Amino acid sequence: MNPELQGRIFAPTAPYLVGREKVREFARAVFATSPLNFDPAAARAAGYGDLVAPPTFPVVVQESTLAQLLAEPDAGIDFSRVVHGEQKFTYTRPIVAGDELTATLSITSIKTLGGNAMVTAESSIADAAGDHVVTAVSTLVVRGDA
Amino acid sequence: MSAATPALDALAPGQVVAQAEFAIGRDSLVRYAGASGDFNPIHYRDDIAEGVGLPGVLAHGMLTMGIAVQPVVDWLGDPGRVIDYGVRFTRPVVVGPVDGATITVVARVGMLDSEAGEARIDLTVTAAAGTVLGKAQVRVSLG
Repeated sequence: MNPELQGRIFAPTAPYLVGREKVREFARAVFATSPLNFDPAAARAAGYGDLVAPPTFPVVVQESTLAQLLAEPDAGIDFSRVVHGEQKFTYTRPIVAGDELTATLSITSIKTLGGNAMVTAESSIADAAGDHVVTAVSTLVVRGDA
Repeated sequence: MSAATPALDALAPGQVVAQAEFAIGRDSLVRYAGASGDFNPIHYRDDIAEGVGLPGVLAHGMLTMGIAVQPVVDWLGDPGRVIDYGVRFTRPVVVGPVDGATITVVARVGMLDSEAGEARIDLTVTAAAGTVLGKAQVRVSLG
């Protein structure tokens, strides 16, 4: 695990278009039952432009930033040794179907403890206008050689 | 249509606002893998899970996190009222090939901020082995 990764900011990901059926598929997968996840009329009645995504949906967009991190040639991260330690989402506004989202990854902290490394990866997710929607923060534990 | 937003001044710290039990099976893991794009085989192959020293096939941590907030969403009547949600993954959820696993969620009022019109809801999330999420907190807007 390369400690010089701390502070590194990656290139923004290609825009991710949030589809209505993807919101429904994800909502079903997390056992969601809110009509706002499934019925556009219900979402509009609640004041949204289209279906509202479940609170953990940003993980779908964040996935490509974690792929960037693992692919970074000098990162030295072996995926089979990675354990998800913590996860957090902080919203400016909910994600709705039709949003075109871009994620920018920064590595905000790397701590080594014993043989393990703790990496904090922050993905700032913005819409097509460049306005902040949600920040997804993952803390990953990379286990060292046993 | 959707239920009215809960009134902040009717809440008290410690009050249980929602609880639910979710029975998940291997099919739930396959469905979540497809929906999320996380195809790590420790979530569907016993031999690989055991090969890396795990007690069995595990639920995705993000599946447990995604399920655990749903009772709060139903109580709010609007997923868009969740403004902050964080958890620690403290213990894995082992999902047996036949019996699956049961995830139990209890949501209590942690803190109230009447000035901001917000509440912090604390989740207790358990499976057979005990508590599976630590410091599971949802900040919600009731304004």
